[in-house]
Amino acid sequence: MKDENLSDTPNGREEDMSQITGMQGSDGKSANPQERTVATHSLSDVAAARMAKVGNPTIGTTGLEAKGIHAWFGNKHVLEDISMDFFSGSVTALIGPSGCGKSTFIRILNRMHEFIPTAALAGQVMLDGKDVYDPGVDVTKIRLKVGMVFQKPNPFPSMTIKENVLSGLKLAQLKIENADELLESCLRRAGLWDEVKDRLDEYGGALSGGQQQRLCIARSLAVNPQVLLMDEPCSALDPGSTLRIEETIRELSSSMSIVIVTHNMQQAARVSDYTGFFLSDGGPGRLIESATTSEIFTNPKEKRTEDYVSGKFG
Amino acid sequence: MSQSTLLVKPEYPWKLTPKDLLTDLLGVLFTVISSLAIVAITPLKGKLGFALVLILMSLVTSMTISGLKKDRKAAVNASTTVLVYIAASFVIIALASVLFEIVRLGASQLSPSAMFTQDMSLTASEAPLNEGGLLHAIIGTAYIVTFATVFSTPIGILTALYIVEVKGRFAGLVRFFVQAMSGVPSIVAGLFIFAVWMIQLGNAYSGIAGAFALTILMIPTVARTSEEVLKLIPSDLREAGLALGATQWRTVANVVIPAAKSGLITAVILGIARVIGETAPLLLTIGGADAINLNPTEGNMSAFPFYVWKNLLIGSENAVSRAWQGVFVLMIIVFILFTLARYFGAAKGSRRK
Repeated sequence: MKDENLSDTPNGREEDMSQITGMQGSDGKSANPQERTVATHSLSDVAAARMAKVGNPTIGTTGLEAKGIHAWFGNKHVLEDISMDFFSGSVTALIGPSGCGKSTFIRILNRMHEFIPTAALAGQVMLDGKDVYDPGVDVTKIRLKVGMVFQKPNPFPSMTIKENVLSGLKLAQLKIENADELLESCLRRAGLWDEVKDRLDEYGGALSGGQQQRLCIARSLAVNPQVLLMDEPCSALDPGSTLRIEETIRELSSSMSIVIVTHNMQQAARVSDYTGFFLSDGGPGRLIESATTSEIFTNPKEKRTEDYVSGKFG
Repeated sequence: MSQSTLLVKPEYPWKLTPKDLLTDLLGVLFTVISSLAIVAITPLKGKLGFALVLILMSLVTSMTISGLKKDRKAAVNASTTVLVYIAASFVIIALASVLFEIVRLGASQLSPSAMFTQDMSLTASEAPLNEGGLLHAIIGTAYIVTFATVFSTPIGILTALYIVEVKGRFAGLVRFFVQAMSGVPSIVAGLFIFAVWMIQLGNAYSGIAGAFALTILMIPTVARTSEEVLKLIPSDLREAGLALGATQWRTVANVVIPAAKSGLITAVILGIARVIGETAPLLLTIGGADAINLNPTEGNMSAFPFYVWKNLLIGSENAVSRAWQGVFVLMIIVFILFTLARYFGAAKGSRRK
């Protein structure tokens, strides 16, 4: 693995960086104050700042691995030969323009893909060495191990905040003794406890959008997943809520592997250890490049990756 | 001048000025007077003639006034507005006159002491209204509608779940049949039960036979309304449930149905309101009775619509009054049911807030 030291950036990159800085001007507002104190103006700086804080990603054991994934909707080939490893205890960001198959890819990882009537699939998704698509695998067990947070906050409207968090246990028919402890720990890990501890019996719909999304994260945590998939979890949220959720992701990443789809490259640089860049040239989406986040944002191997992260297209 | 900023008054620049109101009022006056004049002069006579002329004149006046004051666009706008008001008033007049007649003829002749405590087994229809009542009809309708609800609610909601949630291979076909069923004339439902349950299987008139006939009519209403309600539940919620490791059944039972609960209750109440006034299928299946029958599975039974029909046929003054009483009480019951439907329908929104 190439270890890029950012303090001596090659001269050639200075130009690119200024371009990025210019492009990033409007986005700069959404950068949170904390990040600003470490003088983050370009994506590579952001990625470097994160690396300085949390250190190099350690290549842990492979928890989840996609091998040669192809996907179709009807006759349309939407994903071609995607192979990716998701290491336990790390955050992987998937970036790329709309329609390149990122969401389809993460829905394949926990077998939500098959709910689309015309969907088809080839390849393997290995979870702890076993293919989740093997016949005879209990699909509900897979989804217990691989949780998911959706783009739009979707707390269950008929349930209170407390019931929402514990709904996974009820839905999957799991028994637990100390429900209140679990409730508190899930809400704490999702960074929501202080805001809702006095109103646990209110309905989930009474919360703000950002709080609802953190409630959905807490809900996913209650069944103790190994992997958490997040499909643009912050796209409907304001910068403050986004910051809270990013903090949540950071806290969670020590205990599980997280895969996050995002259109916000600042966010990818802020929260992820690894980044995969997806692209579709009108045909099926392909994984153009996947490496450590700092590498993708500072020294991408592919020209197309560089163009995308520097804002030249997409 | 600093005070003037404190004295800013709320204004409504988009509202009509008194001058506009005056011209509008003059227009209305002109319309009425000219209509009266036309009716008086021309051979077009009577109330109907006046209504027709009034409609035409109000169209002409409103178009002329707006056309003169503004432009052609305003004239078209004004005439369309008048047409919409006329169409709405037709509906309101029809509905209000039905309600008015029922209240006038039904409420004026109530005899609550006898009505709700007696049946007609010892009373002739011609007898004074303080003798005899419709308790047997109340009990009969309560039995028949309760059984019809108990039969049709699970079938209707499960049908809707099959169409919306299971999306089985036959979902389209089932949907088509449910739609076709909702177009079945009610007497056909009665005839079906009469032919199958009574003639083929050899059962006699009974409350339960009437309940079967009403079930056939109620299922499509419940199923279609439930289907619409279930479709409104965002698919996000289903996905969220499934992504938490639930089976489809657990997701439906714990997420979808609770979220749709108020709508499903509304669906059932609408189904009840649909069948509670049905007469034709009951004529063929319950046999009718003048005495209270507490056994729904055996023996002739009465019901509100049957009671009304029978008394109208007898035709004497007191019998017709009894029929109007029955209609009035039935209308009150339906009104209460619709109010309940609205209440439960609205409860969802306020609770989510």
